[in-house]
Amino acid sequence: MNGESIKSNRPSEDKIIEIYGLHKWFGDLHVLNDINLTVNRGDRIVICGPSGSGKSTLIRCINRLEEHQKGKILVDGIELTGNLKNIEKIREEVGMVFQHFNLFPHLTILENLALGPIWVRKVPKKEAEETAMYYLEKVHIAEQAKKHPGQLSGGQQQRVAIARSLCMKPKIMLFDEPTSALDPEMVKEVLDVMINLAEEGMTMIVVSHEMGFAKSVAHRVLFMDFGQIVEENTPQAFFDHPQHDRTKLFLSQILH
Amino acid sequence: MTQSGKNNIQKEGLKAPIIRIGVVHWIKANLFNGVFNSILTIVTLFLLYKVIPPFARWAFIDSLWFSSAEQCRAGSGACWSIIPANIRFILFGFYPHELHWRPFVAMIMLIGLLLYSKNRNHWNRSFGYIWIAGLSIMGILMKGGLFGLTPVDSDQWGGLPLTLMLSFFGMFAAYPLGVLLALGRRSQMPAVKTICILYIELIRGVPLISLLFMSAVLFPLFFPEGVTVNKIIRAQAAIILFTAAYIAEVVRGGLQAITRGQYEAAESLGLNYVQKMRLIVLPQALKIVIPPSVGILISAFKDTSLVVIIALYDVLKTTKSVLASPSWMGFSPEAYLFVALIYFVCCYSMSNYSRRLEKELQT
Repeated sequence: MNGESIKSNRPSEDKIIEIYGLHKWFGDLHVLNDINLTVNRGDRIVICGPSGSGKSTLIRCINRLEEHQKGKILVDGIELTGNLKNIEKIREEVGMVFQHFNLFPHLTILENLALGPIWVRKVPKKEAEETAMYYLEKVHIAEQAKKHPGQLSGGQQQRVAIARSLCMKPKIMLFDEPTSALDPEMVKEVLDVMINLAEEGMTMIVVSHEMGFAKSVAHRVLFMDFGQIVEENTPQAFFDHPQHDRTKLFLSQILH
Repeated sequence: MTQSGKNNIQKEGLKAPIIRIGVVHWIKANLFNGVFNSILTIVTLFLLYKVIPPFARWAFIDSLWFSSAEQCRAGSGACWSIIPANIRFILFGFYPHELHWRPFVAMIMLIGLLLYSKNRNHWNRSFGYIWIAGLSIMGILMKGGLFGLTPVDSDQWGGLPLTLMLSFFGMFAAYPLGVLLALGRRSQMPAVKTICILYIELIRGVPLISLLFMSAVLFPLFFPEGVTVNKIIRAQAAIILFTAAYIAEVVRGGLQAITRGQYEAAESLGLNYVQKMRLIVLPQALKIVIPPSVGILISAFKDTSLVVIIALYDVLKTTKSVLASPSWMGFSPEAYLFVALIYFVCCYSMSNYSRRLEKELQT
């Protein structure tokens, strides 16, 4: 473990996520093995790797949907511990988009979006709904505001889910395989929204196998296997000159 | 070849499915399709012929509606006269005769409030105040002692108001308590979890009758000297505690049906535990468990008749008392049918309303 970096836990201007010597086990299974990662404000990182490599678990640790057992995570200068107040504070600032959208089926689209701002940020209802409409227009879905999630297609639901996270005005957006549960013809509409977001300078960590997206949008690509970050590089170098055999094998499998 | 095949499919697709209508066809298709079903139909018709006409004759043709008991004994039909002749005792028990208007008004108010509550548009902020005001007025009407109303001791309460009161408060206090127990049972905190499991399993492990006995006989032993708790309140508490344990298990089933993703989405927005449960999890879980919860509420409603064993006069007991009087002895079918009708109307409205609610909440 890197003792030096653990000590330097002062929040810095540009470091927004700092992970030092992170370990996590599910029972006996060592799912995260000594992860060290620093993300700067405005960074766009794509994480790929075979299934079970720990990539989803890693980003779920960042907003404490999973608890880590060893190491240190700092988000925007706040360390993630058992402290519930800190966890809630960090979750306000970290948006998350899930593979299966996880919209609230008993609420309308507008209510889905306004819920967080109203109850967590204590924004007045009217203002929250205006913000919600603004983001719905941004994801080109404003006309569906009064519908329930079940009435929308998968692509539309995922765009709503992205808008729901954005309504909280997060500093970081985490994407957990946002397109892998979608029908192929709907992948593009979701990726387009994500590309727009990237152009606006959002800090993004994306777990995805969309290599086209990684090439055009990411600053860095991480390859994970067996709970470790095997390789980390710019997209150019990552795809053109992969260093490790495991990376080469993986790329050959998904790029055909 | 492929072209013509495609055309065929399209042509067939254009034809509307054939729907055969008509009484004769319906009878053939549903009552006489095959030897076994034909025999069943004939046997059923024969049994109905044997049962229905005599019953109709007894209940409607030969029956007496407003007569004395002596006239009834002379006749051969049903003696419905037992109901109008004793209606005030059946409905109000030993409540002072000249004050019967008070429980009557209280009952009408309760029914009115329930009908008002059926419309979900009325469920707003003032809704709670309307209920509190209504219940207070009902309490004053029943108990008296204020505004120049003669006080009536609760030992004299009985009949339908008592049944409605026990079941109504039983349900509306048991439901939130049951939800809390269900949440507690799924809690991460071992102490809370253990207490809730113990409570639920203990209460479910004993019959309601034994709880009522305990409330009547056992609990007074533990009260400090001079302190007495009203018998009705003790019975009410037993019913609430009993029903809550069953509600808890049903609600737990609903909670388990909510996917992990819903919890995670709520958490990732930064909602705290109370907000997550109140806004996301419970609305979905409680909707799922409407049918089984109503089942429990209906059986709780009917179980209130067990309070008779601790000498409370609910509507079933008052009816029995009428039957015990020498003049009306022997007309029990009529009296019990009447009480059954009261119970049926209440239970049927509950299940009817739950079906409507389910439809309205469907998304």
